[in-house]
Amino acid sequence: MVMPTTRRTLLKSAAAGGLVASLPLTSRFAQAQSSAPIKIGFQQHSTGIGAAYGRWYGRTTEAAVKLINEAGGINGRPVEIITEDDGTDPKRGAEVVEKFANQHECDVAFGTLFSHVVIGSAPAAGELKIPYFVVSEGHHVASGALNRYTMQPGITDVKSQVQAMAPFVSDNLGKKVTMIFPDFAFGHDHRDYFTAAMEAQGGEVLEHIAIPPTETSFTKYFPKIPRETEVIYHVMVGPAVLTFVKEMGEFFGPSRPEIFGFIDSLEAVDMASPGLEFLEGTYFWEGNPRYAQADQSEFDKAYREAVGVDANGASVSDSKDVSTYAHMFGCWETLYIIKAGMEAADYQGPADRQKLIEAVEAMTDMPESAEHPQGPKLFNGKTHQVFGLQYISKVEEGRLVKVHTASIEDTLYPDEVDYTTMSF
Amino acid sequence: MEFGPYLLLASLEGAVGASVLALTALGLSLVFGVMRVVNVAHGEFYMLGAVIAWFVASTLGGHSAVGFLGALIIAPLLVGGVAMVADRLVLQRVAYDPEATIVATIGILYIIQQAALMSYGPEARPVEPPFNSRIAIPWFEFGENGFELYYPWGLSTTSYKLFVIGAAIALLLGIWALLARSKLGLLMRATQLDRETALAFGIPVERVYSLVFGFGAALAALAAVLIVPIQQAHYLMGGDPLLLSFIVVILGGLGSMRGTIVAALLIGMSDGIISVFFSPTLAKILATLLVALVLVFRPQGLFGKKAL
Amino acid sequence: MSDTANQTTRSLALHLGLIAVLFALGFLLPAYHQGNLARILVLATYAIGYNVLFGYTGLLSLGHAMFFGAGMYGLGLAMQHGGVPALPALFVGILAAAALSAVVAVLALRTLGVAFMIVTLMFAQTGFLTVLYFGTWTRGDEGFVIQQGVRQIAGFDLSDPTTRYMAALLLFSAALLATARMMQVRFGSVLIAIRENEERTRMLGYNVFRHKFLAVLISGTISGAAGAAYGLLFGYVGATFTSVQYSIFPLLWVLLGGAGTTIGPFIGTFFTFYLIDYASDLTNAYMLVVGLVLVLLVLFARAGIMGEIRRRWVRWLP
Repeated sequence: MVMPTTRRTLLKSAAAGGLVASLPLTSRFAQAQSSAPIKIGFQQHSTGIGAAYGRWYGRTTEAAVKLINEAGGINGRPVEIITEDDGTDPKRGAEVVEKFANQHECDVAFGTLFSHVVIGSAPAAGELKIPYFVVSEGHHVASGALNRYTMQPGITDVKSQVQAMAPFVSDNLGKKVTMIFPDFAFGHDHRDYFTAAMEAQGGEVLEHIAIPPTETSFTKYFPKIPRETEVIYHVMVGPAVLTFVKEMGEFFGPSRPEIFGFIDSLEAVDMASPGLEFLEGTYFWEGNPRYAQADQSEFDKAYREAVGVDANGASVSDSKDVSTYAHMFGCWETLYIIKAGMEAADYQGPADRQKLIEAVEAMTDMPESAEHPQGPKLFNGKTHQVFGLQYISKVEEGRLVKVHTASIEDTLYPDEVDYTTMSF
Repeated sequence: MEFGPYLLLASLEGAVGASVLALTALGLSLVFGVMRVVNVAHGEFYMLGAVIAWFVASTLGGHSAVGFLGALIIAPLLVGGVAMVADRLVLQRVAYDPEATIVATIGILYIIQQAALMSYGPEARPVEPPFNSRIAIPWFEFGENGFELYYPWGLSTTSYKLFVIGAAIALLLGIWALLARSKLGLLMRATQLDRETALAFGIPVERVYSLVFGFGAALAALAAVLIVPIQQAHYLMGGDPLLLSFIVVILGGLGSMRGTIVAALLIGMSDGIISVFFSPTLAKILATLLVALVLVFRPQGLFGKKAL
Repeated sequence: MSDTANQTTRSLALHLGLIAVLFALGFLLPAYHQGNLARILVLATYAIGYNVLFGYTGLLSLGHAMFFGAGMYGLGLAMQHGGVPALPALFVGILAAAALSAVVAVLALRTLGVAFMIVTLMFAQTGFLTVLYFGTWTRGDEGFVIQQGVRQIAGFDLSDPTTRYMAALLLFSAALLATARMMQVRFGSVLIAIRENEERTRMLGYNVFRHKFLAVLISGTISGAAGAAYGLLFGYVGATFTSVQYSIFPLLWVLLGGAGTTIGPFIGTFFTFYLIDYASDLTNAYMLVVGLVLVLLVLFARAGIMGEIRRRWVRWLP
């Protein structure tokens, strides 16, 4: 069971259920010099455009912290999550980071998804010298635009995801691609990196169709798709995603080209929604397969159960409440990296924040495990960015079935920054 | 796609957009015409209509047509009621002062939007259409064999989209009849022409105002119920219809029904067609700028006669 | 005559007193509230700019985010792509806002009342979309960071909390004293005359358009200075600052604090900031509070906090 997301949820040891909880507190946190909790500020998109993601980020975070506390916390101290809503707004995001550092006296801040909130908040984290672990999949960290205190160790970035898709698309689906993406920074990253990667594979992108933000009807854009298109590449975000996919289906009718999309276009949307039948036989990138696969690892099984997600990727208590499964594992893995980093640095308090950053920068291989249920990862300490497996699934009988796994090597690209040379 | 089929498709899509827009903008225009106030919360009444449609459809269950029909009746009534309460509690008390009303309706906008977030949540949720099948449309060409019909790739619409267009036309005709023929329409026009004289003749102006405000909101809700099987209900969906309605009402001349409908057609249809030639974002920039300039240089709108 | 002199002295004392208290608070406040107050001071400067047009001249704009944004992007783009140092970039930002307000003034002032509100709203929407359209330079909605290293003027590190606070206070004080002085000379009286009765002011022989033009120019330039300072002091430039919401905020601040009062903009910004901060502890839907406050203000305290205080108790309040 997962508790509902509440403000400033206190996930102290006392609240944790199970066997471990029945042990006396003193024995569980005995080895700690201080038994004061380690405070992690969780910047949550509770309102605004990112709210559907924020809710599941919250549930994943609570589940991970519950397990961490049941297993004795970090360095023998319990972990406390302090949640603040950033309104999916960069100004409020920066204020929230200040609140974590100066008001709540958090040890670290974590959790943000939307790129503009990350970029808006990162300067505050750098100035206040509070480690800021983002779960955003933006390329902002690895591009060198941010600072030494901002890291993304729990989720891969859009550049690596996109370029790892090109070999599969050109080998299996077709060489002539038309891309449809939102006309803002996130979409432009897709446009730039995929176009380059496709050309490197000997394919080409025939047409870029940029959809303005706040658009609610899409059919009028589809005639721009050239007739000789072999593959449609689509990625959309925001509340209109379902309309987009439905109208694409209605446009093509029975004679569609191959379709490859980023699951962002349908994240938190039920695959059984009316109008999505045409997706049968199309392909999706998934950060983490939403449906439990035939070769499901024991780690994914345990993770799924802990967060409260069923085999179809929906909430165990409401099958219509579909999770943001392709992204939210990042919260889980990031929390375990914070734990590992704090233990490696023998973290005692805010004075050890630099040691914590250095400890995380020193990380490299992260094998698939209960801490890393999505798969093995390779962390690049210089660029503060993690690299990992990427999955491609095919829609079969209304379920997403994994058909391809892109290796970590496919996702690597030359470093664009070396944060370790920057001063603290 | 070739130009001919493309234009037909863009026009069909534009007609769906224009239908919904005409209903929404007409609500805003009526309120302005009769009460001389700008209702910034109009988009939230639209959103409320969509959200209530979802609640109704998911509560009633059964065949999708049951839920849809239920929503078609319940959502406008409820939203109209909410608007009338807002009118009584707020607008009446500021005596419909134009600027105070704008500020107050901005407040109402946030109250409704956030109330929807607290009760309905942040998700976009679909309402199932009562019926929906894809209709492929043939196109013709003069080839080697003379005149030929064929089905171009992508040239299609759905039965539900055609229904939206038909329903909107029927509703607009009904509203026109109501305004032109009924006693309520007469009272509204009398109040619109001269508030003082209307009062002197014993017309309950305040009640007419409440009714008009409620009716305007109900129109927005009705438009939303029609569109929600195509799009989804989401608590932030009110922004775009508000801006578009503004554009339409301004172009059409504030308070003119005919102007509003013509402008809705113009904006709805051109939205699809302009994006054939320009980058869509650039098209939106140009359209917005154009509206501002129309207001600057022709404040009575393209079709209206009344000065603002 | 002595009454006016008395009035001038009293208001100067009030303003200098406020600035002195704020100066002291810069050293006394705990870090979190020092950071908040630094933000509030910059945003209050934006509100002061807004008040010049709305409070004194009686023109309600729904598009001031375009001026705030012009300042912010003028500074940000100059620093990011032109490699311009902070101080000249600040002037680029202010100039950009001044130029934009001049153009908007010439066009928008052809309209009145509701039309003026909608025209400014539309211009601001155009500005917002333009920022998105030129994403190659602006990075669209994502925005960009102005790195800590270049945020320096004359050796002062503006990312240092206390230095930043003092820079914000300097900007705020300059705007407060300048607008307060402006309202004591004839120019200010003409603006108020226009607000009260435009037709009569014209008949008295004043050039109404010229005064309104200057009011938009001053208002837009101060708003732009606030935008540029916000980018410089807090290190981030992004499209959300040009969205509709940031046009509505200064209206809310000024209404709450008291339109047409000198320190009302600061009071309103201060209360709104902490209202949102505390409300967000209680509910996710903290914008609900903003909506309620707007409605309640319109219903019960149209003059705002300082306006009500002036009306009821302290008649001399500037």
